[in-house]
This record gives sequence, structure tokens and C-alpha cells, in this order.
Amino acid sequence: MNRLNTRTLTHLDWLEADAIHILREVVGQCANPALLFSGGKDSVCLLRLAEKAFRPGPLPFPLLHIDTGHNYPEVIDFRDRRAAELDARLVVRSVEDSMARGSVVLKHPSESRNKHQSVTLLEAIEEFGFDACIGGARRDEEKSRAKERIMSFRDAFGGWDPKNQRPELWSLYNARVHQGENIRAFPISDWTELDVWQYIQREGLALPPIYFAHPRPVVRTKGLLRPVTPLTPALADDQVEEIRVRFRTVGDITCTAPVESEADSIDAILAETAVTTLSERGATRMDDQTSESSMEERKRAGYF
Amino acid sequence: MSSPHAFPQIDHGLLRFLTCGSVDDGKSTLIGRLLYDTKAILADTLSAIETSSQRRGLSEMDLSLLTDGLQAEREQGITIDVAYRYFSTGTRKYIIADAPGHEQYTRNMVTAASTANLAIILVDARKGMLTQTRRHSYLAHLVGIPHLVVAVNKMDLVDHDQGVFERIRDDYLYFAARLGIGEVRFIPISALHGDNIVARGARLDWYRGPTLLEMLETAPAAHTEVAENFRFPVQYVCRPRDSANPGLHDYRGFMGRLESGEIAVGDAVQALPSGRISRVKEIQIGGLGIPSAIHEQSVALLLEDEIDISRGDLLVKPDEAPEAVKTIDACVCWLSETPLSTARTYLLRHTTRKVKAKVGRIHHRLDVNRLEREPAEQLQMNDIAHLSLKLAQPIFPDAYADNRATGAFILIDESTNDTVGAGMIATVESV
Repeated sequence: MNRLNTRTLTHLDWLEADAIHILREVVGQCANPALLFSGGKDSVCLLRLAEKAFRPGPLPFPLLHIDTGHNYPEVIDFRDRRAAELDARLVVRSVEDSMARGSVVLKHPSESRNKHQSVTLLEAIEEFGFDACIGGARRDEEKSRAKERIMSFRDAFGGWDPKNQRPELWSLYNARVHQGENIRAFPISDWTELDVWQYIQREGLALPPIYFAHPRPVVRTKGLLRPVTPLTPALADDQVEEIRVRFRTVGDITCTAPVESEADSIDAILAETAVTTLSERGATRMDDQTSESSMEERKRAGYF
Repeated sequence: MSSPHAFPQIDHGLLRFLTCGSVDDGKSTLIGRLLYDTKAILADTLSAIETSSQRRGLSEMDLSLLTDGLQAEREQGITIDVAYRYFSTGTRKYIIADAPGHEQYTRNMVTAASTANLAIILVDARKGMLTQTRRHSYLAHLVGIPHLVVAVNKMDLVDHDQGVFERIRDDYLYFAARLGIGEVRFIPISALHGDNIVARGARLDWYRGPTLLEMLETAPAAHTEVAENFRFPVQYVCRPRDSANPGLHDYRGFMGRLESGEIAVGDAVQALPSGRISRVKEIQIGGLGIPSAIHEQSVALLLEDEIDISRGDLLVKPDEAPEAVKTIDACVCWLSETPLSTARTYLLRHTTRKVKAKVGRIHHRLDVNRLEREPAEQLQMNDIAHLSLKLAQPIFPDAYADNRATGAFILIDESTNDTVGAGMIATVESV
């Protein structure tokens, strides 16, 4: 006994093993979890981790996507294809249905639907009785997320109370909830954007094409590149340029900006990520820049 | 632009460390300095902090705004909760747990310490050892952090005087010996000017030891140094029963993580509590076989014999099996605003196992400032005490000093489902 281990795990092996452990705790402790899958790079990693955690068995949860109706078609195609390849059950609930029901009311027709995803998510949680939603949020993305637990408790209204979080010690997670409450579980909390890209490279994971450099008409607005799309048309005095861009994060068209890039392979993206001077959300999210607490406010209201 | 080959092939894994101290000690400045000098703070984050500092009427950039993420923290100018920060040197990835320093946040410090393998304890060179220094050191020691680094900060404010540093070091060593703290390293730094953090700087040339980053780069990560028995708590049993795939009909994968030790195909294993013995037929990750697995790997184990094993069971090697216990002596940190009640039954979670538990007796409470024992009838939030617990069913623990993963537990209040206590098992008495 008491041999000294001489082999060690690389940082990616460690992160992978940790995430698998978290996924298995969710399934071990919760009766009816779902995995939030948008087709974005973080949820692509989550899905691979779920395969590693549960194969050769079936995935022990459905995939859930909250669709704002404002997603790039390439990403939706990718989402459907991946779910089919994995023989996973995909549940899609749309913000447009919530609008039709009257539970989401936009201030004006062009208001971003991004924050309203929370309403649709809570409706889906209630409809299916999910007691846990597994998400790909990372602590390095945003300052209120840096304080979030790996298993984060949400009350019956889906609300997050950042000042009153459950202590989380060692790897002893507490995912217990009463009826109507739920847990948001974040297996890649401790991953950075660079870790995610390194993992995608190592595992040879497929991604929607808009993650790679491609030509796109954009307007330079407040330091961000606003894509010109049917949803976000150019305004009268906009100067539209067509440049090569890629998306660092993929979300609602109305609030996600691409970055100028020539990186058309994962190797090239990794090289850019290693030397970038702008944070992932800072370079790409229009909705986080409204105030210092934008994300915290959305999360308190049920956002993931 | 650098090519992806710029990533070194050598990977020294991942180190989780804790920073202790208050804003006055320059903790935020130190973290800011580490992140900044390893280029982990990006330009836009920095400019957001700058704008934010100006809005608050501060003349200098306040790097604590980097770690104070919640609205309430920014409003009150205090750190409430543990924040996690990340940086990488290319050879190693780091997770910093940044815990608030005040006494009322003992529970947060214990939380942050529970996953850390190294603690940096900051001491202000002008003030020397304070009550807070003793409290932080004691807690770090209690929670079993194997490596302590005492960083004597603000050396620029004492003229970089070697004598000041050596006096603080000697004071600390005297104190550490009394507590039984073994390995401690000392380093003089100036977080403000960056001396001895990442770069050496010329003003502390009498110091010949490694820089702080060099200490971090060479500190053993948890999984490289601990020699421990094989412990495999079962998290989930995979039984596909796939009618389309008859090959999987009898598949039974016991899924979990090696909390310690290692395992290879062919090794004998024993399941607890049943005591049944079998051999490892296959080790898999994602359905693919590997010959062996080490501490911290998440795998599925397939056994040669069909034995009944479910979540909460523990797989061990037959000659290293822990005793079944129904009474434990433990050191418990109380985390809840509702005091501990000796009348109530709590749910105790130990590895993947959960059992009902009642407090038998509170032996004594620890005064973390005076480091003295005192009698206690009940425990309030942030109290730490030695107590005994009676369990409804047996658990199979190791002493916390021998194994942090299998020596730790949490207590859950079933009425709220809150995590209300964190425990470290002191001694193990068999049933």
C-alpha cells in the first residue's frame, strides 16, 4: 500500500475528469435533469463530456434548447444534426411561443429577445418538471458568474440569490431541491475560453461554420462589429463593410457580434485566443455592456 | 502572431490555490498583479475597471473591482463571497480561490480552502503577524492545505529591509511550530511594484529564493504527491439494456472518480458495504477501454462477477478496506444562520453516500483568534467545533488527515435543503 503516484493528469484531463464527475453527480442526485444545448462551442464541449460520462449507455437526460427565433440557421442545423447523431432526445421551446401566450411582452418589436429566454426556460422547466438544468456557463466569462456555485440553487420563481448561495465544499455537491425549485449545474465552470478551444482541438469536435473566418457585412458600432442581417438591417447612415469575421460566442443574432479574424481552423483560432486582448463577452456581447450588473440582474431573474 | 506550437508540450497540470488576507494587506493588488503579469487580464476588462474606479472617485485603479463581482459587493466595497479567477502560464493552469478576509466570513474561507492545494498568506511588512494572520493560517492548516506560503508584502514601505522580513519569518515559525504546521515557505514581495511576484525586481536582491510564481510553478499538484489507498465511491450505475445491441445486455458499468490511489485491469476490488470481492475486468472512459486509472480520473469499472452495487457504495482494494463506522468524531464548521441543534437530525453526505446523523456531543468550540478551546452548548454560523456524530447507517471513511476526499462530509438541513455544516473526520472508531 501507499505507493506514490508517479503519473499525473494534464490540465485538460483534469478538467475533463472533473466535469464528468459533476455530470454524474447531477444524474445521481436529480430525478429529471436536462442538458441545455444551443449548438454553441461550450455546449458542444458539454455534450462530448456527457458522452464520456455515460457511454455506452444512452444520455440520461434530454437536450433542451431555448430558441429566441433569432439564431443563425447554420447553428440550428448543427444543433439538430448533432442531436440526431447522438440519438439524443431534443426538446426545443421558443420565445416566440411565449410571446404568443403573452408571457413574454417585448417593450418594442426590435427589443432583444435574449433576456426573455429566462421566461421560456422557466416555462419549459415547469412543463417537463425538470429539477436540474445542466449549462455550459463558465466563471471566467463574467464577474457575477465568477461567484456562482457549480450546483446553483434556483427558487420556485427561477430566481438566483447571490448573497445567499449554498456553501459548496470539496466535491460534495448538494443538488437537493423541493418541488418546483431547480438546480443549474455548470460542469465547465472552471474552464476558460482557451481551455474550451484546446479541448475542441484535442477531441476533434465539430462546430457550426460561423465559428470560423468567413466574409460578412458588418457595421462598426461602439467598438463592436454589428452583423448586417435581415433581423439587424443597416440603418440609413450606417457604413456597411464586408470583412472576414468569426464568432467567438454564438447566441441571439441581435446581441452577438463577430470579431475580425482570418482564423479558419481550430489551430488558428487557438493561436488568436492565446494572444487576444479582449475578453470573450467584452468583444462580442452587446447586452452585457448596458450596466455593470447586467448579467447579475438577468441571472437573478432566472437566466442561466 | 504565434503559432499553436507555441504551447509547450509539457503540461504540469493544474494547481488550485487560495489567497488569504484583507484588502489592506494588498491581496487584490497581488491577484491583480499575478493576472496582469501573466497576461490573464484582458485590455477591455482593465479599462472597465478603470472606468469603474473613476466613477467611484478613486484616484488609482482599484484592482479589487476585478474580484468583487456582485452588485452588493461593489456598493458596500467589501468582498462577501469566494471568487474564482483563472490564469495559465502555458505550462500550468491555475485556479485562484479568493476568499474574503474578515472573521464573519470564516465559512467562506473554509469553503475556498476545501479545494485548495496551496495557500498564500499575506502579511503586511509594516504590521507583522496579526490576529488575522493566525486565524487564516490556522484555518488553512485545519482544512489540510499541504503547502503554505507566507508572502510578506509592502516591502517597499519598509525600505526593503531584510531585518523586517526575517523578524516576521521568525515570529511566524514560532507560531507555526506551536500549531504543528509543517512546511511553510516565506517570500518578501511588493505586490504594488511587482517585486518577486512574476519578475524578481532589483530592490529585494538580498532574497535568493524563488519568486512567487516560481513557487506556484513547482508546487506539487494534489495528484502527484499524495500516496493513498484506492477509494472509488460509486456515483452511477450504467445498465444500457439496449434491445438493439445485445452485446450490451449484460453491461454493468460502475461509474465514479478515483478519489485516491490507482487501479488496473485484473486488480481485486471489494464492494462496501456488502463486502463482496471481485476483479476489475475493464476500465473505460466513454465506453473505450484503458489499462489503468489514477487518482482524480473519472472512469467506469466493469467487474468479472455480477455483484449488486449501487450509488453510495464504495469500491476499495480488499487489503486496504476502511472500517464501517456509525459514530464519528469530527471537526465541524457551522455554515448556517440557523444554529446547530443537538435535538435535530441532519442528512450527512460523505462521498456519494448519504445517511441520517445526529450530534452526540459538542466536545469544545475553537476560538480561531486566540486558538483556544472553549466549552459550547451550540454552534453559530462561522463557529468551528469538535463534536461527535451518531449515524443511522454506517459509512466507510478515512481520517481527514489521511484523505481529504474520504475524510470530509457535509451536513444538510432537510427542511431547507441547505448545506449547513462542513465536517472533517478526526478519528475513526469501528462499529
